[in-house]
Amino acid sequence: MTVQKLLSLENLSTHYVSQQGTRVVRAVDDVTLSLNAGESLGIVGESGSGKTTLALTILRLLPPAARIIGGRMLFEGEDLRQKSDTEMRRVRGKRIAMILQDPMASLNPLFSIGDQVGEPIRVHEGASRASAWQRAVDLLKSVRIPAPETRVTQYPHEMSGGMRQRIVGAIGISCGPRLLIADEPTTSLDLTIQAQYLDLLRDLQRKHGLALIFITHNLGIVAKMCNQLAVMYAGHVVEQGPVARIFNTPAHPYTKALLGSLPRMSDNRERLTAIEGQPPDLSSLPPGCSFAPRCPAAFARCSAEAPPEFTLGDGHTARCWLAAPAAEAQPATARSGVA
Amino acid sequence: MTAILEAAGLSKHFPARRGLFGADRGVVRAVDDISFTIESGKTLGVVGESGCGKTTTAKLVLGLETPTGGAIRFDGRDLAGLDAAGRRHYRKSVQAVFQDPFASLSPRMRISAIIAEPLITNETVTASEVRRRVLELLDLVGLPERSADLFPHEFSGGQRQRIAIARALAVSPRLVVLDEPVSALDVSIRAQILNLLRDLQDRLGLSYLFIAHDLAAVAHMSHEIVVMYLGKIVESGDARTLAHHPKHPYTEALFSAALPSHPQERREEVVLAGEVPSPLNPPSGCRFHPRCPKVMRHCGQEAPALTRVEGRMVACHLYGTRVHA
Repeated sequence: MTVQKLLSLENLSTHYVSQQGTRVVRAVDDVTLSLNAGESLGIVGESGSGKTTLALTILRLLPPAARIIGGRMLFEGEDLRQKSDTEMRRVRGKRIAMILQDPMASLNPLFSIGDQVGEPIRVHEGASRASAWQRAVDLLKSVRIPAPETRVTQYPHEMSGGMRQRIVGAIGISCGPRLLIADEPTTSLDLTIQAQYLDLLRDLQRKHGLALIFITHNLGIVAKMCNQLAVMYAGHVVEQGPVARIFNTPAHPYTKALLGSLPRMSDNRERLTAIEGQPPDLSSLPPGCSFAPRCPAAFARCSAEAPPEFTLGDGHTARCWLAAPAAEAQPATARSGVA
Repeated sequence: MTAILEAAGLSKHFPARRGLFGADRGVVRAVDDISFTIESGKTLGVVGESGCGKTTTAKLVLGLETPTGGAIRFDGRDLAGLDAAGRRHYRKSVQAVFQDPFASLSPRMRISAIIAEPLITNETVTASEVRRRVLELLDLVGLPERSADLFPHEFSGGQRQRIAIARALAVSPRLVVLDEPVSALDVSIRAQILNLLRDLQDRLGLSYLFIAHDLAAVAHMSHEIVVMYLGKIVESGDARTLAHHPKHPYTEALFSAALPSHPQERREEVVLAGEVPSPLNPPSGCRFHPRCPKVMRHCGQEAPALTRVEGRMVACHLYGTRVHA
């Protein structure tokens, strides 16, 4: 290893266990991913594919029922799994920040914008209230909020949705994190406001050398914003690699189908390729590949044996028997798939 | 081509009251003097951001709101002039499918009862006839017969939306209002529902009023598109023409804000500054002028009228007949 990755997840698994221990939901299962400094990674999947659980795992903000049952999470060379809660608190908001979907839910209605934007600075850097307030004004300016001096004294209800989301962004970058995780940051925004926001994020990324993880169900956002892509299905990363490469030559039938199911501006009134069936129930997954029951290219082996991750070169991998080297299915790495 | 529904100069103004005693403080012009036509067997798409009046338009078409100005004609007859029987007939002919199939189906009713309800309220039918129709409808939307005796919680989002579609089709409507019919669904399910809606249109000759914020989906589904901004139509015309060669600066910005379908797709990006102003106090002249990248001096004074430009209607001074000063 020559260049140290900013973040590398190795065989990470997070399961939800019911109180009696009878039901286990494998929300994140054997995920291996990595990200260089300044890069942007899109994690795409449908609801229940485990993408949000993956983000919460990285930040160790999981609900009590969830257990990280295996794997490592190296961030700047340190394993986040080994950190104590106190040490984690010094990572969150300072070195890794997160933006959630609903800006109204992530802002406290009872505190002024200046207090909320300045809070991480006071907590992590021990700044005084006055200097944190001043930094808050600058931060609002950097997320393009007009008249920041008056806005800092106002409260969340006085802002529009787009403005609130930019304030959440300002809180995110307040302590100069190396990694920003954005979980569906624009779903609640209108189109032209979404365009403004994505433009802003790209700008901040360039200026601060931020690495971004975009969690989304929208492949369009990935096409616009990211250079790396990981596609999740039923807790697994089924395909990952450089964005352009996957859009041009998707290897996994799920990725292919997902790309084919998108309506495009150019193909007015042509039939879409629909993916038949429903996403599976994570507590009772089919044996073998979880996508096999819906897969148009499935064959006998698929429903018997789960495929491991195969490398296709240039950082492109796919968890599919079709991607196996012609000779015989040799797993790309030493780890074996979860049978 | 024959028009199934025509809106002429349609307006809906809501009185805006504030404060404890509800003192009148002007009106919200949710829909302001708009005209459009839905052709028989075709889809009219309505796009615009929140507050542009697209949901109010849908409610006016469904008869859930009474217009404060203008008229809606269905099959050439003005809705305002209909008698009770005529209104009943209209309600049967126009049905709706809403965004959230988790909210639009009663959790206490079996699927058969949900689908049969409009049938029983609108027609005189025997029990066995109702059952036969329900099974027929389930088959039409691609659900198995046994679904009839289950409850909504036993279905996924996509299946529920199929049930909502079956219910809308129960009384054999001619126009279906689709208000964000796929936004609540998973990506892999959306294509299924969009394809189903298209198949049903071909088989039954349905007309659709399709409202969505996903521009690609609207462009994909519609024959004609209407673009709205703050209660006004800014551009309307053939879907393909509009999506590829928008004329109005707002349509341009909106379509350029739509996400690319491929990372190598390069487009001119127009990022609009500012946000949609309050409809309670819309800007003077052209309502888009404070955000318009191509704003001219008289845009703030004079509202542009819809004029025909290269096969579509545009309301913008750039294309007006007015002599530029």
